[in-house]
Amino acid sequence: MGEAIVVTSGKGGVGKTTTSANVGTVLALQGKKVCLVDTDIGLRNLDVVMGLENRIIYDLVDVASGRCRLNQALVKDKRFDSLSMLPAAQTTDKNAVAPDEMKEIIDELKSDYDYVIIDCPAGIERGFQNAVAGADHAIVVTTPEISSVRDADRVIGLLEQQEHITPPRLVINRIRHNMVREGGMLEVDEIMNILAIDLLGIIVDDDVVISSSNKGEPAALNPSSKAAQAYRNIGRRILGETVPLMAVNEKVTFLQRVKSLLGMR
Amino acid sequence: MTSRQPLVMMKGRKDGLVLVMNETCSYDALLQELKEKLSVNHQLYKEGPAIPVKIQTGNRYVSRLQRTELMDIIRSYDHLEVDGIESNVMTREEFEAEKSRERLVSFTRIVRSGQVLSVEGDLFLIGDVNPGGVVSATGSIYILGALRGIAAAGEPGNEQNRVIAASIMKPTQLKIGRLMSRTEEEPLDEMKNDHVMECAYADLVLGKIVIDRLNAVMKKNLPTGRSRTQPEA
Repeated sequence: MGEAIVVTSGKGGVGKTTTSANVGTVLALQGKKVCLVDTDIGLRNLDVVMGLENRIIYDLVDVASGRCRLNQALVKDKRFDSLSMLPAAQTTDKNAVAPDEMKEIIDELKSDYDYVIIDCPAGIERGFQNAVAGADHAIVVTTPEISSVRDADRVIGLLEQQEHITPPRLVINRIRHNMVREGGMLEVDEIMNILAIDLLGIIVDDDVVISSSNKGEPAALNPSSKAAQAYRNIGRRILGETVPLMAVNEKVTFLQRVKSLLGMR
Repeated sequence: MTSRQPLVMMKGRKDGLVLVMNETCSYDALLQELKEKLSVNHQLYKEGPAIPVKIQTGNRYVSRLQRTELMDIIRSYDHLEVDGIESNVMTREEFEAEKSRERLVSFTRIVRSGQVLSVEGDLFLIGDVNPGGVVSATGSIYILGALRGIAAAGEPGNEQNRVIAASIMKPTQLKIGRLMSRTEEEPLDEMKNDHVMECAYADLVLGKIVIDRLNAVMKKNLPTGRSRTQPEA
């Protein structure tokens, strides 16, 4: 029996789909059997990020409404045999699936896979209810912006009410250290002060993430980038290893220390 | 039954009239005698300023309906006004409501964005109130943590003796009774951890909510708790 992890954020555009694709990829890299599930019905993206759009035949709504079997709808990844994806439908909307149907599908997937990564749509309505219905764990993605932290806080509050989900863990995406230094962005500590949940990882803002997702290849496959290393660390932490947080830029932290010593912050 | 004690005794005091009512007779008899007494004596209080009237019903329970009835009778005289109706008796329901306003309710949790935590009585919260979260209490609010959201203490009219205290005071809005205040700080600053151990209270002279460090609050000898309801000698 595997585990289902929902990746959610409340706010749109903070990197849920990218995080789902990369976390799924690194877990597959570690030899786990992984299934990615896109629950963003009507606005599906995960297939594009994974470069699997042209292989889709059936989708989540077809499975839920009984038009096909679950196995028929699963799309095998072109790079890893152990990685599959269940795409969302593009032609209907979120109301085409009910939370208990979703839970049934996730439970079925859990019996076949080690990890089921559920990509949640933005918002806290039906799409969110669907995505969390079958989840055991949750990853909340946020960026160092006030609006994104507010929405993450709201979503954490909602996740804490779901008794079947373990306490959510946080991924801070798109940190830009030069901006943090200048005070235009929130610091990791400040975000942690507000959200007060466990930190799963920090991902620096990296051009590779965008260019590789445009190519349909998750950034985690390119080990030279900082973001890829961060994703790999997240994967190892999910598997239960203790991995220290990467020092993203030592010079900056030293400078910050001097500045704070001088009271210049 | 003619030489009986009057059912309603009228006593004149410096600060107005006191009507002491018999607690064992029937309510109807009481009403009748009250009306009689007032109409007989109404020449006495025809002139001068309005006289406040206090009604003491002793161990008789007066319902809400009967209260308004009594008040209406007194108000029907131009120069009389109702100062209050005192009774030694209250229903269990009223007592429970009163009691719930007196208690201290404690919670250990984070009030996150979109969540509302409201209690009858005083609120003692171990944890933070995040931006977008709301805490409210009919009494005072004490927070062992950071207050970054909205806090509303007291009810309109009982601003006195109501305080909002927090380990880290960074509220988006404060309300004490009918007074309201908000901070003009940038959202970015709300995450910094200054403004430690501050206390907000209603300054009725200024008509504003004032936030001050604890030592300053104590120096001003302003309400810092229930114990201050007894004025110092």
